[in-house]
Amino acid sequence: MPIEILMPALSPTMEEGNLSKWLKSEGDKVVAGDVIAEIETDKATMEVEAVDEGTLAKIVVPAGTEGVKVNAVIAVLAVDGEDVDTAGEGIGEEPPKVEVAAPAPAPVAAKSEAAAPVAAAPKTEVAADPDIPAGTEMVSTTVREALRDAMAEEMRRDGDVFVMGEEVAEYQGAYKITQGLLQEFGPRRVVDTPITEHGFAGVGVGAAMAGLKPIVEFMTFNFAMQAIDQIINSAAKTLYMSGGQMGAPIVFRGPNGAAARVGAQHSQCYAAWYSHIPGLKVVMPYTAADAKGLLKAAIRDPNPVIFLENEILYGQSFDVPKLDDFVLPIGKARIHKQGKDVTIVSFGIGMTYAIKAEAELRGMGIDAEIIDLRSIRPLDLDTVIASVKKTNRLIVVEEGFPQSSVGDHIANQVSQRAFDFLDAPVITIAGKDVPMPYAANLEKLALPNVGEVIEAVKAVTYR
Amino acid sequence: MATAAKKAPAKSVKSTSAKSTGLSAPKPAEFTKDEELAAYRHMLLIRRFEEKAGQLYGMGFIGGFCHLYIGQEAVVTGMKMALIGGDQMITAYRDHGHMLAMELSPRGVMAELTGRRGGLSRGKGGSMHMFSKEKHFYGGHGIVGAQVSLGTGLAFANRYRDNNNVSLTYFGDGAANQGQVYESFNMASLWKLPVIYIIENNRYAMGTSVSRSSAETNFSHRGASFKIPGIQVDGMDVRAVKSAGDQATEWCRAGNGPIILEMQTYRYRGHSMSDPAKYRSKEEVQKMRSDHDPIEQVKARLTAKKWASEDELKNIDKEVRDIVADAAEFAQHDAEPDPSELWTDIVL
Repeated sequence: MPIEILMPALSPTMEEGNLSKWLKSEGDKVVAGDVIAEIETDKATMEVEAVDEGTLAKIVVPAGTEGVKVNAVIAVLAVDGEDVDTAGEGIGEEPPKVEVAAPAPAPVAAKSEAAAPVAAAPKTEVAADPDIPAGTEMVSTTVREALRDAMAEEMRRDGDVFVMGEEVAEYQGAYKITQGLLQEFGPRRVVDTPITEHGFAGVGVGAAMAGLKPIVEFMTFNFAMQAIDQIINSAAKTLYMSGGQMGAPIVFRGPNGAAARVGAQHSQCYAAWYSHIPGLKVVMPYTAADAKGLLKAAIRDPNPVIFLENEILYGQSFDVPKLDDFVLPIGKARIHKQGKDVTIVSFGIGMTYAIKAEAELRGMGIDAEIIDLRSIRPLDLDTVIASVKKTNRLIVVEEGFPQSSVGDHIANQVSQRAFDFLDAPVITIAGKDVPMPYAANLEKLALPNVGEVIEAVKAVTYR
Repeated sequence: MATAAKKAPAKSVKSTSAKSTGLSAPKPAEFTKDEELAAYRHMLLIRRFEEKAGQLYGMGFIGGFCHLYIGQEAVVTGMKMALIGGDQMITAYRDHGHMLAMELSPRGVMAELTGRRGGLSRGKGGSMHMFSKEKHFYGGHGIVGAQVSLGTGLAFANRYRDNNNVSLTYFGDGAANQGQVYESFNMASLWKLPVIYIIENNRYAMGTSVSRSSAETNFSHRGASFKIPGIQVDGMDVRAVKSAGDQATEWCRAGNGPIILEMQTYRYRGHSMSDPAKYRSKEEVQKMRSDHDPIEQVKARLTAKKWASEDELKNIDKEVRDIVADAAEFAQHDAEPDPSELWTDIVL
């Protein structure tokens, strides 16, 4: 049997990529370990090595093809004794297929629940954002580009702003968020650090205390656990401890929360953790527009700001207003969709569940209001409470652990400030109270899902 | 005491070269009369201030933790003499001496110790947390070793701004075993940051002697893996500190990157006010006091060279005591912070 060479997944969240180059031609002998092709994703260009030995019988996907799905057949290898001329017959005449049963596509399956609503997000009926002037031209932008643009704009604006972290410069960012910054601003302002989170977080805070405005990128916020003492004890508390004399204008940013199939140590949401700390601001955007406007605000903010991104959202596109200087206020929630029957509050990737659920609920005749918190600290409880006073029902959705979650805090505050307006208990939907499992089915179970949101809404609306 | 101070330093207090880099400890600086008098005065202020703080602690005016600097005065005093305007200083929690050396107001420091509104942090920091942007003093930090990364960041800012300033980053023999110290060493050396790592080796990390806590007790060698030169300095001799400070600041300003100064010193008091210091003998403490006291050494030289009469020294003593008495008086009678201060300075 000829061997089918499949489009490989090069990261946990990759769904497709570009086949940029073939390094072997049809008829070439191939041994295991030979580099046969180059594949480009939104994050990196990587080499594909042959796993088997044989002769490259047929190239199914030609060089330069974009958007090749993971697990599509890209070439056929004839093994010993097989006829090279006929080995590839019948393959490639049909569109590249996705091998659903193969083990590799599991990450895709695991996040399909999350990914599907994301794709539809920009089309959701969005209430006009008062921060964007009417008639502003909108440009479809990925969250990744929005974050990069925000940093570049602020670095052009203020010479004291610099970015440091692992692989931010020459590698162009582990997740390509800092792409192009080294080329524009040079190594003085785009600083590759050693793998030393505790140390470079402290160096960043020290530089901020001296008056610079560092953007410290953590490759993921899981690694910031090594640095959490500097973030909390040094960055967050110095202003208070100095009686207002000295603070730390610094942004700590990077991907937060679960990506896909990366296991317990790499899948954790820190929104609730950092929201606990006076002296910090905590931002967790969902859309690209919010990512841009709030990152610009974070860089200008004189306080330490924790800016929580999400790897799964990096590649998602949203409309971003084309404005010279689009800055959003930190601490202000955004009403994503107005409604009257129930309030669904969420933030970051949690919004994907809320949005998908809302569409289904509409079909059931339930008109849900969706609030995107955007900032976790300061928390815009006024917007939440005003909404609860209208709908009398509240659901909070997040991916983090359930105990002492952001939702718990909101439920508590609403019960104190709007108890008489509630027609049902507040329901908080969070990740399950377990370390994130690796297996695709278990990971899916550990995360919130749209069904849970719908069930919660039905419960509080007594359907 | 004047004669005792002439004795040769104990064997453990000697200057040795860092073989890995070829740098060796410079000879102790020859002080002019004015320099000797200034050093005497500055060290005495720290000594008397700390004694008073200890007293106020015992009286209940100062709460919480209070770590006294008595015995180590030559380190900050000598280093301050090597600085130029804009050079920064940062240290851990045994910080009162550093603040006084950086010319923060004795009233402000003492009132902070008593938690009053006239304190440098308006009563919200306490003994371990005082700062002054104006005087380039960056704290005052309570987490052992955290200030090393922060001080490296101050040096990063100097290099970013290309301003010729140096960050003096102090830590103890105990903090020298924290991981982030070495993370900082690596970056400082990699990026040639102008930072002097001043390891105040007072022989005890709280109650644990260096030989029980450190595999390498020559702290000047701790930068070897990072190509950072180090020098052991007699931290009880303010002249030795000053000359090492001159060499180190010159090294940094020339763009050579970081340097380590191991200051071999000694604290006379316990780790904090609540430490009975049972881990060492009274004889050991007494021997340091009688043979190596930094203030008595200067006093002996001033007397021997007839640069100051007994009366003149007494006058300096009185001036210093007056400053400290005024600070203590202020700190005991200043009002506590207004309750509204609870909610200020959290975010800007």
